[in-house]
Amino acid sequence: MRRYVPKDNVQKRAKYNDRFWVAPQVPRLAVEDEHFVSVVRNVSAVAKVKDSYVELGQLVLEIEPSDNIAVLGNLRDECGYSVCSELSAIDYLAQDGEFEIFYQLLNMKERKRLRVLTRIAEKQAIESITPLYDMAKFAEREMYDMFGIYVNNHPYLKRIIMPDDWEGHPLRKSYPLEGDEFASWYEVDKIFGKEYRDVIGPENRDPARIDRYDTKRFARVGHEVPFGADASLVDTTDTPIEYSSAPLSDYQGGQHKVLEKRK
Amino acid sequence: MAQHQVNYASSGGLPVALTTVDKLINWGRSNSLWPLTYGLACCAIEMMASGASRFDFDRMGVIFRASPRQADVMILAGTLSKKHSQFARRLYDQMAEPKWVISMGSCANTGGMFNTYATVQGVDRIIPVDIYLPGCAPRPETLQYAMMMLQKKIRRESADMKKNRKQRFV
Amino acid sequence: MQEPNKLRPFFENLNFERDDNTMVINFGPQHPSAHGQLRLILELQGEQVVKALPDIGYLHRGVEKMAENMIYNEFLPTTDRLDYIASTANNYAFAHAVEKLIGLEVPRRAQVIRTMLLELNRIISHLFFLATHALDVGAMSIFLYAFREREYAMDLMEEYCGARLTHSAVRIGGVPLDLPEGWLQSLSKFLDELPEQIKLYEDLLTQNRIWKMRLEDVGIVTPEQAMSWGCSGIMLRGSGIEYDIRKEEPYELYEELDFDIPVSDRCDSYGRYRLYMEEMKESIKILRQLIEMYPETEARLMAHAPRYISAPKEEIMTQNYALMRHFVLVTQGMRPPKGTVYAPTESPKGELGFLIRSEGEPYAYRLKCRAPSFFHTGILQDILPGTYIADVVTIIGSTNIVFGEVDR
Repeated sequence: MRRYVPKDNVQKRAKYNDRFWVAPQVPRLAVEDEHFVSVVRNVSAVAKVKDSYVELGQLVLEIEPSDNIAVLGNLRDECGYSVCSELSAIDYLAQDGEFEIFYQLLNMKERKRLRVLTRIAEKQAIESITPLYDMAKFAEREMYDMFGIYVNNHPYLKRIIMPDDWEGHPLRKSYPLEGDEFASWYEVDKIFGKEYRDVIGPENRDPARIDRYDTKRFARVGHEVPFGADASLVDTTDTPIEYSSAPLSDYQGGQHKVLEKRK
Repeated sequence: MAQHQVNYASSGGLPVALTTVDKLINWGRSNSLWPLTYGLACCAIEMMASGASRFDFDRMGVIFRASPRQADVMILAGTLSKKHSQFARRLYDQMAEPKWVISMGSCANTGGMFNTYATVQGVDRIIPVDIYLPGCAPRPETLQYAMMMLQKKIRRESADMKKNRKQRFV
Repeated sequence: MQEPNKLRPFFENLNFERDDNTMVINFGPQHPSAHGQLRLILELQGEQVVKALPDIGYLHRGVEKMAENMIYNEFLPTTDRLDYIASTANNYAFAHAVEKLIGLEVPRRAQVIRTMLLELNRIISHLFFLATHALDVGAMSIFLYAFREREYAMDLMEEYCGARLTHSAVRIGGVPLDLPEGWLQSLSKFLDELPEQIKLYEDLLTQNRIWKMRLEDVGIVTPEQAMSWGCSGIMLRGSGIEYDIRKEEPYELYEELDFDIPVSDRCDSYGRYRLYMEEMKESIKILRQLIEMYPETEARLMAHAPRYISAPKEEIMTQNYALMRHFVLVTQGMRPPKGTVYAPTESPKGELGFLIRSEGEPYAYRLKCRAPSFFHTGILQDILPGTYIADVVTIIGSTNIVFGEVDR
């Protein structure tokens, strides 16, 4: 029987797992830094902080998705986190049916960084943070494009990286790396039309593959035919592998690949 | 060129050179190949370097043109993404005959290391390619060698474009 | 929607003919001075831009998706192709993030070599910026001069790692190779010659009347805009905000090095151009200090962490356990601990950081590349309106965007 391949996560997995191996966890430290303590206190005043810890020198705040505007507004105005360096999502649909959205913030005066995490369900929308940070105009479009997360009150929520008529959201775990059928025929459908699929043929994803009946692009060494010759002319017999008894390299003579001797 | 023994001094006329029309036209075509500046990705930087001071493409009669209407060769330098593919085809269509295509770098040849949903797996899926140039990214010398190979190919071709077009697949 | 045919090609629902006086211009995706595959849809009122819409994604290659399907060491060469003008900066940013995640200490010699390569790449990248920016604005000879110097810097990179453009010169846990013999001498020779050349460029450009007219008060980015748009690097420092990650959150050897951060409060393209020139001079200063640091270090290049990093080749060839670990690390890949890391670095373009979420697997669960150019492209939609069509190219040039990084 074939092995069952889960459809909700088609990314590459480790083939072999040591059954005694338990993945360690990066230490999550309690918030002790003076600045971070005041940040947590400030944020707790406006919204519920589900969890807060320090991971690799950066504060992590877990909040409710509905509080994101309140929390980020507080962080920007009260705590001095004036730059949002990055925001995007992580796909946990296969495990929990949720997306995790992160906002990576920077405080230039204190030279501190923190990350705000929040989780939303698959079809839930999140409020846009464009009133606070302009960079969300682009970053949230990218998040929408890549994950299909709707952002409420975004001024121009449209695909940004993939073409407008693209199907699917590529960074979801259920989307394969090589793309689906739509992706593999996209340029042919767009340029020549669907009826040309047969003429052009499927994508050749293995660059080492050589079609021996293709007389326009490749020629087999020792079995060459004229350019564009009929496929029936092609000699399909395999070339026998010959082993030469003469050594390829003459180590004593200091010369390599002595081809004359081989002949 | 003609190999006849002509004594120019005594016959007093103009020097005579005999050749075929094919050769004359191809000589002209092959020595002034104007490529389109079609930089797509990393290879475009090497394409620029080959036009710049050290490698100096101009000495081979290669001058980059910004418009497809004035170009003879399309150097597809870099990864062609699916979103861009229709523009590549449109630019190819806009070029005047005779036209040739060099696919520069592994990404343009086969998709290269980017075996993903967003990359065209070889530009020969949408436009006919004359020279495939391997490397990631190919050095400027490689591009110049490819240009010389293309010149060789043009000199071998017939000047009649209809005859040549039969050999191409689109 | 238009009916596409040969005479009226299909342009994604764009209405080019307007009833009012505005004209819509499609700029790109193939434009010689768009620095790659930028497409701008500009609405013009006379010669003034009233609305600009950057359309990106023409070089999207799915790098973030590839990271989820590759072991960490396999992914490293892919980072070369992000910002392909300064590849080592990308390699380093990725390696730095993974090292921070697994908590590695890199040997000192590797740190010296890495910092050297990073600064050399900064010079290469800034020379490239100068060349293309000057070419776009119309100064052709600068292009030829700057490329000449860039070739010498590339020769140094080539001598070290064998590649001109895609270096992969930094590995997770250190560097693969020691400096070749005589490399430091050729580097110091290059550093001796470069200031003269920089002076040549400055003589040609800084007080040049045309250059000043084209650049001064063009492409104004206010400090508020720069912060709000997440600008970094020279786009931020060109707006009068002094923040350089090398100085503020030092990594590698930058803590021990003596260098200045040039800041300009002109907020325009001219100020940014001056910053690029000053940064090159600072890089020369840093490289000179590193040349002196190098001989004092002991010859160790890779960190010792048998769980994550392969042993040196000699040990692999002689010791059984090292060979076994090497085999496991190559076939299965290292498994960093569970957790998330975001490690910012100062690449020539700005803040380049990789956010990696690891679930204890050999494949990253999610890798987000925080590319500076992405946001520098975004800001075009705010700074282009109000400028003239002739200045659009200048502004694109002075943001110094690279599309491998924007679209990933």
